[in-house]
Amino acid sequence: MDHFPTNWGNPRSEDVDSYNTYPISSHIGKVPHSVTQIAGYGHTTGHPTSHTLQPVVTGTSVLGIKFKGGVMMAADNLASYGSLARFRDVERLHQVADFTVLGASGDISDYQYVKHLIDSQMIKEYNADDGHTLATPNIYEYLWRVMYNRRSKMNPLWNTFVLGGVHQGKSFLGAIDLKGTPYQAPSIATGFGSHLAQPILRKELETRGGEDNITEEQAVEILKKSMKVLWYRDARSMNKFQLAKITAEGVTISEPMSVETEWAFAEKIRGYGA
Amino acid sequence: MFSTYPGQAVIDHPVSAPIEHRFDPYVDNGGTLLSIAGNDFCVVAADTRQSEGYSINSRYVPKSVKLSDKTVISMGGCYADCLTLTKRIQQSMEWYHHAHGKVMSTAAVAQMLSIMLYQKRFFPFYSWCILGGLDEEGKGAVYTYDPVGSYERETCRCAGSASSLIQPFLDNQINFKNQESRQRTLTKDEVLRITKDSFTSATERDIYTGDYLEIFVITNTGVEVQKIDLKKD
Amino acid sequence: MFRNQYDNDISTWSPQGRLHQIEYALEAVKQGSASVGLRSKTHVVLLALKRSSGELASHQQKLFRIDSHVGIAIAGLVSDARVLSNFMRTECMKSKMMYDRPMPGSRLVSLIGDKAQINTQNYGRRPYGVGLLVGSYDEGTGPHLYECLPNANCLEYYAIAIGAKSQSAKTYLEKFANDFETADLDALIMHGLHALRETLQQDKELNLKNCAIGVVGKDHDWELIEEERLRTYLNQLEAGAPTSGDAPTAAASEDLPQGEAMDTE
Repeated sequence: MDHFPTNWGNPRSEDVDSYNTYPISSHIGKVPHSVTQIAGYGHTTGHPTSHTLQPVVTGTSVLGIKFKGGVMMAADNLASYGSLARFRDVERLHQVADFTVLGASGDISDYQYVKHLIDSQMIKEYNADDGHTLATPNIYEYLWRVMYNRRSKMNPLWNTFVLGGVHQGKSFLGAIDLKGTPYQAPSIATGFGSHLAQPILRKELETRGGEDNITEEQAVEILKKSMKVLWYRDARSMNKFQLAKITAEGVTISEPMSVETEWAFAEKIRGYGA
Repeated sequence: MFSTYPGQAVIDHPVSAPIEHRFDPYVDNGGTLLSIAGNDFCVVAADTRQSEGYSINSRYVPKSVKLSDKTVISMGGCYADCLTLTKRIQQSMEWYHHAHGKVMSTAAVAQMLSIMLYQKRFFPFYSWCILGGLDEEGKGAVYTYDPVGSYERETCRCAGSASSLIQPFLDNQINFKNQESRQRTLTKDEVLRITKDSFTSATERDIYTGDYLEIFVITNTGVEVQKIDLKKD
Repeated sequence: MFRNQYDNDISTWSPQGRLHQIEYALEAVKQGSASVGLRSKTHVVLLALKRSSGELASHQQKLFRIDSHVGIAIAGLVSDARVLSNFMRTECMKSKMMYDRPMPGSRLVSLIGDKAQINTQNYGRRPYGVGLLVGSYDEGTGPHLYECLPNANCLEYYAIAIGAKSQSAKTYLEKFANDFETADLDALIMHGLHALRETLQQDKELNLKNCAIGVVGKDHDWELIEEERLRTYLNQLEAGAPTSGDAPTAAASEDLPQGEAMDTE
């Protein structure tokens, strides 16, 4: 195997670099003349810059619903590598502030980068030590600017983020996708969940008469039901997920949990299984 | 592509389309907006649905923003671009306020918006803008734009996903096209009725229009906002 | 004739441990016409005395709007103040653009401090020749009043005055300081005018032209009080108090809107 990561995906040229010494870092200024002539090797580091054109390790849906006094969010613990269930204990709900939780679907490395960005911002605020900090809407705006600027550079962060929180007595639930599209709604579901779970969430909100008529316990039940549907039908999901609750009291992110499922009926369906 | 033996069906289109390995930074979030200028008032209206493909992201994402007591902007297209552009306009208006000690007039905002759009001529904001307000004489003014900044002042305009449904109706009902004999200026109530009818009708046929209708009425005394239900299917 | 050897540039210490150029910059502030600031638990009021270079000249600008929740009053070089207010406006807009958050006054003031400090340490630079009073109403923490000086000192105050004869204004403010916290806006403005009047020259009066008032507070965006409204306050001032530059007498404070003013006597 070729152990130079920078060579991966690039065609090898025997004429130019017969001993495979190039590219190695710190070649600025002494790139062999012939190398610069290879198409795409115009960059000073000797490599073409690459942009994310597809996600690699991915997380599936994130769900969020408002209830009386707060917001409840759910995401499973799986990070897939294509169809491979690669990492099975990844946390995709992250507390970013006292009253704010970030949930991420899409590329996991991009998510971890964004998490780092926001955490850095929060540390900056904390160090100012002047009684001010970023509230949920402020973090949302910041996240939106980050996502929009990256898409404008044609180098997007391949995620859909969900931000849940409570600010000045009001619950906040918003999403931002890789093109920087922001929207807020009483219920949000990303990825496959936008097809499978969102209709369930919206129906619950509608039949119960809005977020103010949903209790914390009911919100948990609704999300568990939605996660079960996703586990049944979304092949990139896993029956191990976490719930995040954000209220005026603060944030609680649960331990991973699962729901009871029933597969026996599958045996009787023709063309399914054996 | 070609038949290799007699009787084989000729396929005149490629069996598999090439995959584009390029990021498309734009998305059409749908939605319809409209503005009608009256003698001493202006109406700016837009639905509040935000869509992405066949999915509804949210039923309430306002498309119109009050810029001053005399000016309201409404935008449809790529929502991220629209929101960014709105912020830029607001900041420029703030600088104008600082520099000149007065609020920017509708005509000045109109000219500035054209320049802002054209400045991004080769990576445009994907946004259909309609600027509604009162001019220096207190008369209703509507300015309409294409995404790269061409603009003109009109009496009425509809833009966005249901514009092809509503605009012909407005041509007939507001500008009295093909009914020259009935030409007259409309009252605020008439304009509001036509606006509401336009949106309830468009909601029937356009899947990207619906949920709520938000109407801004700009008069000498300021800006009033009404929110009206549309069908949510 | 004696010439100071230690004031040729900003970065040379005098044997007494002083930086003369910085002290000269502070003098520039003292030569500017006075500005007064005071604060209640809901509002900040900034007042300033505007000079004019002659009968045919306009009056200088002493109050600047920075954002809807921040305003400043200045004393010293107006041109330096304009540069600084431009900087502050930009910072406020950055905060709005990036976080959709009004810039907290304390952060704005420390940014100014950082900028001003560089001018006090690097050879070939010159400190700003202007003192600022920054009034802000912040989300969560309410009204604040800060003073920023060319020596890069930034401090928060309940009430403060800078500029020519500002000591007399400070004496007034100190005398009534206990009343400000609970005073309503009208009372606060009247206290401000009383303090500002202390800074006048012997034969001068406060009038519509030479007096500027700016207010910012709870549900109250930065606003200048001008023309008719200013006249009302000035009339009230004239009706209720002697015009001498001395500290207010008992008779003068009787007419203050705040009755408890007497208690401090």
